[in-house]
Amino acid sequence: MSKKIITPVEEFRDLLPDEYKELVNDGPYNEAKTVDDLGSFKEITEAHPHCAGCGVALGIRLGLASLPKPQDTIVIGTPGCSFFALSQSALNYSCTAFGNQNSVASGLKRMLKLRFPQTHKDVVVMVGDGGVADIGLDYTLHSWFRGENITTVMLDNEVYGNTGGQESGMTVKGKVLNMAPTGKKFSKIPVFEMAKTSGCVYAVKVTVANARKLGTALRRAVLIAREVGPTYVQIYTPCPTNLKFPPNQTIAVAKDAEKTHYAYEEYITDEASAYLSGLGEVKEKS
Amino acid sequence: MNKEQQAVNADKMLFETPRKRAFITGSEAVAEAVKRANVDMAIAYPITPQSESMHLVGDLYAQGYLKDYYRAENEFAVMAAIHGASLGGGRVFTATSGPGTLRAMEMFPVWAGSRQPIVCAFMCRGIALPPSIQPENIEISFMLDTGMLIFHAENAQDYFDMILKGYAIAEQPDVHLPVGVFADGFFVTHTREVVMLPPENQKLNAYNPASAPIPAFDMESPPIRSTRDPLLNKSNFISYAANASWHQEVLAAAQRARKHIDHFLGGLIETENPEAEILIVASGTAVSQAREAIRSLRDEGIDAGLVKVKSIRPFPEKEIREATANASLIVVPEFNPGGWLAREVKASIDNNSRVIGGPRVFGGMSLPRELIVNEIKKALPATAVNS
Ligand SMILES: Cc1ncc(C[n+]2csc(CCOP(=O)(O)OP(=O)(O)O)c2C)c(N)n1
Ligand code: SF4
Repeated sequence: MSKKIITPVEEFRDLLPDEYKELVNDGPYNEAKTVDDLGSFKEITEAHPHCAGCGVALGIRLGLASLPKPQDTIVIGTPGCSFFALSQSALNYSCTAFGNQNSVASGLKRMLKLRFPQTHKDVVVMVGDGGVADIGLDYTLHSWFRGENITTVMLDNEVYGNTGGQESGMTVKGKVLNMAPTGKKFSKIPVFEMAKTSGCVYAVKVTVANARKLGTALRRAVLIAREVGPTYVQIYTPCPTNLKFPPNQTIAVAKDAEKTHYAYEEYITDEASAYLSGLGEVKEKS
Repeated sequence: MNKEQQAVNADKMLFETPRKRAFITGSEAVAEAVKRANVDMAIAYPITPQSESMHLVGDLYAQGYLKDYYRAENEFAVMAAIHGASLGGGRVFTATSGPGTLRAMEMFPVWAGSRQPIVCAFMCRGIALPPSIQPENIEISFMLDTGMLIFHAENAQDYFDMILKGYAIAEQPDVHLPVGVFADGFFVTHTREVVMLPPENQKLNAYNPASAPIPAFDMESPPIRSTRDPLLNKSNFISYAANASWHQEVLAAAQRARKHIDHFLGGLIETENPEAEILIVASGTAVSQAREAIRSLRDEGIDAGLVKVKSIRPFPEKEIREATANASLIVVPEFNPGGWLAREVKASIDNNSRVIGGPRVFGGMSLPRELIVNEIKKALPATAVNS
């Protein structure tokens, strides 16, 4: 896609909403923007109806601001709180059934490769922890086993936010939540470790408290997925509403998690590393 | 690699090109249809009695007739990936059977709601406990309200034609709905019969994503498209209205498909001797059995006619109402325990005590013509009294 495609004809220019005009004039399409540039350009995600202080909303905002080529990026989602922001972004976004995201992305990416062999159409899955680790785990793993050229982003709030605070497979052990009235009985599902052994060529574990690392990880993940193989970014996106902390503490909660169980981790295969260093255009800012 | 195929429009291939005889199974007929359908991508997951057809589609991929093909991890994954591939703006194909259909169930309304011209073949088989891999078409009843168009093939010829014609109908700009082409497993898939085929060096014109009423998911054309938005998760009157009108549009698209079904399938129903007082209304292989029963009845001096229902969705209410206007007895033989076709027929016509829902066979039993004949004879004195 080029910016030309969203540029309105002169006759309609005045009729369009300001948000649209701003997107055309100041959006990140065809521009190399990163999280460091936030505030200096029109973002591709608009005001969202998430709860105050929502970590998921922040994770999405940082993630979308870091896409290497938003004008050719398609996001696949699944039911969950992430839907609220993603459906309001100026990207093609599909939320179909719960848990099928990596299957949809597989079919879509393959078809786009057939139809647009000369250009990279980036397919990025962005979904909650319940969507990846529980109902969609086998679809996620199989897309990795098959080596699909897609990026999977888990927005890990360690709870089912959208359905009112039930435990998920990614909830920490012992946590009392709905449907875990006496505390969760098992540890977090090691999806990050599984990514490394299931075919992902690049995987990062990061929190929303670390905006630059998050942005760099996401950009690299999308670039590497184009040519080398599946990539995975697991972002800790705490949910004040269901984890019951004040909404102004989201970053602090995420920072604390970095000390306990969410330390930054990066895994990259030699091939992915070589590919990345071969890319002249990678803008390193972290 | 792919022998040179000439792209032609559906009318030319289906109506003008001379056909040649082939003695093939129903599964082979499916592959012959896919070979000529210019399918970009197919995705498979094995289940009896579908497997053979998707093996053959895999062979077509190896020969270069398709651009991509893989075995996915289960049927929900297949139908989700087919949805994704279709969102990407290409022509896709898959097939499944019984339990696979039910495992994938959540995706069929998504296809319809996303207005995707996906053609999926269903080779019907038993589903429930006690486990059964035997012929039985109960799965059609689960599909009736998914928003898909549903065609029911009597034999391998129908199966071949309905799949190819399915693409032509599904891809009409005013339709753009998925088409399920159903056949009774084993009876159609695993038996060999004469099928008339157009030459294999012809294929349908490529799918044109610009013919879709909603843009493909490729970031190539505005508006930016977001499926299920703004319909989901907004609690206000505008979103209720938007959601409801979207559903209505899916239903309306199925109604608009009627004229194309008339054109390509020669009508939603076919009749034989519809003036008879006794009519058998059937779909799928029950139609062939009904033809046999009618022959036996004729030998005994009893006159009976036939209504073959080809399109289950949209359901030909008006056509069936007209065709059965003079009948005093309507018998609906079926290959399933629920009797979904009899329910549909009863709901479509007046004075529906004329309808006998049966005979019904299931669990793999065949439907001997005697069963149909007996059902009719049993009912005869009663209707004679009524009339
Ligand atoms: C088949 C199916 N089962 C259950 C649901 C209900 N559901 C919608 S969102 C959701 C939870 C999402 O949790 P998660 O993926 O962790 O995302 P979050 O809302 O926390 O961001 C569930 C269970 C559904 N939509 N579909
Ligand atoms: S419930 Fe939690 S994850 Fe969902 S919007 Fe609210 S804060 Fe965000």
